[in-house]
Amino acid sequence: MKLLDRKQMAWRAAQDIADGMYVNLGLGMPMTAANYTPRDRDVFYQTENGILGLGPSATTETKDLDLVAPGGTFVTLREGAALFTSVDAFAMMRGGHLDLTLLGGYQVSASGDLANWDTVGSDRAPLIGGAMDLAVGAKQVWVIMDHTTRDGEPRLVKICTYPLTATGTVNRVYTNMAVVDVTAEGFVAREIIDGMSVADLQAATGAPIVATSNCRVLTAPTIA
Amino acid sequence: MAVDKRVKDATAALEGVADGMRVMVSGFGDAGMPNALIDALIERGPKDLTLIVTGAGMNGSRLAMLFEAKMIAKVICSAARGRDGLTEMERQWKAGKVELELVPQGTFAERIRAAGAGIPAFFTPVSYGTPIGAGKDVREFEGRKYVMEHWLKGDVALLRAERGDRFGNLQYHGAQANFGPAMATAATLTVVEVKDLLAEGAIPPQQVGTPGIYVNHILALPDLRR
Repeated sequence: MKLLDRKQMAWRAAQDIADGMYVNLGLGMPMTAANYTPRDRDVFYQTENGILGLGPSATTETKDLDLVAPGGTFVTLREGAALFTSVDAFAMMRGGHLDLTLLGGYQVSASGDLANWDTVGSDRAPLIGGAMDLAVGAKQVWVIMDHTTRDGEPRLVKICTYPLTATGTVNRVYTNMAVVDVTAEGFVAREIIDGMSVADLQAATGAPIVATSNCRVLTAPTIA
Repeated sequence: MAVDKRVKDATAALEGVADGMRVMVSGFGDAGMPNALIDALIERGPKDLTLIVTGAGMNGSRLAMLFEAKMIAKVICSAARGRDGLTEMERQWKAGKVELELVPQGTFAERIRAAGAGIPAFFTPVSYGTPIGAGKDVREFEGRKYVMEHWLKGDVALLRAERGDRFGNLQYHGAQANFGPAMATAATLTVVEVKDLLAEGAIPPQQVGTPGIYVNHILALPDLRR
């Protein structure tokens, strides 16, 4: 039984980003998913600082100091891109115009609550950024995170104990063990890694979880 | 008298800035960040300011220097944590010297927009059911819960744009606009540094990102980003 690594988790989520979607990717692992979206899919990536249609990361030759993505990397624009203000960028999110947001997470509850902006007992000042607006506004909210904490505590839980980002909005979670839908009946696994039983997955999950009747093996290529 | 919003230098541009004011600063990272005006503000040295900016300042940034100069009493922002270790803002916040109001970034943007548009409050679904929404007025519309948020006004807004003309019209480049256009509408005194200040003529009307009516002072200043 081999857990997916972070690149494989991003790859797996990327396979579900459909042709024609308008998508906002959160900082960190979600953002790397753009590298693994199948090339035949035409996807527009949005950023909260006013870009719709991110292209590849900038090179020394193509670098424009005013074209930065959240997180501070210099980016380019794709054909068909548009630039606008932060007010417009968040109207786009809150107004329900984005098809999808893929976010990082600390905890997701069986009713679709998300906690992803602050940990309990952190000694750092808090950071929300655009996470709350995205989690509330996008048509679909997918979360990508390890199935458990480093100490083995479940991150898929009955009730989140970390400060909430939004309530009842998460549709799907991509973890290093499974692809899990959040439904009206709670967590439902669609894919589980090879060698892991539903009972094993339940042991790593803090709320009841069942598998779909056609549950498949979760696989991803090894990425260097 | 001909409308001319150009000023001779940053000192003259910031003459109206006093202790205790609410200072809005545009910029997301260094794009749209009025670094030269922030330098001039540090030089002027007003105290007890409320700083209104989306990200409260990484180490080594000019925003961090505002805290080092002990000019800030309160911060209203969406991100108060630096990427690279504890910031001066965080140190002063932990020591109880700086008050922090954390606002989701879209609510931050909309509160500023509302101030400029004459709307004292509005309802948003964002933050409902979270610690940030706790204690706020809640209303239900069409079966969904919303929290009431108030407008956010500034005494001063500091912006950077690519081009400007003597009428105060601004043109932005890349992702430089971000919070600038909204802040320009929400502040009593709006001061803009530009890369290119047109000596004659005006920005073509279709290319104006912020109309000059919102701008009080404009001047060309070097790009002092990190």
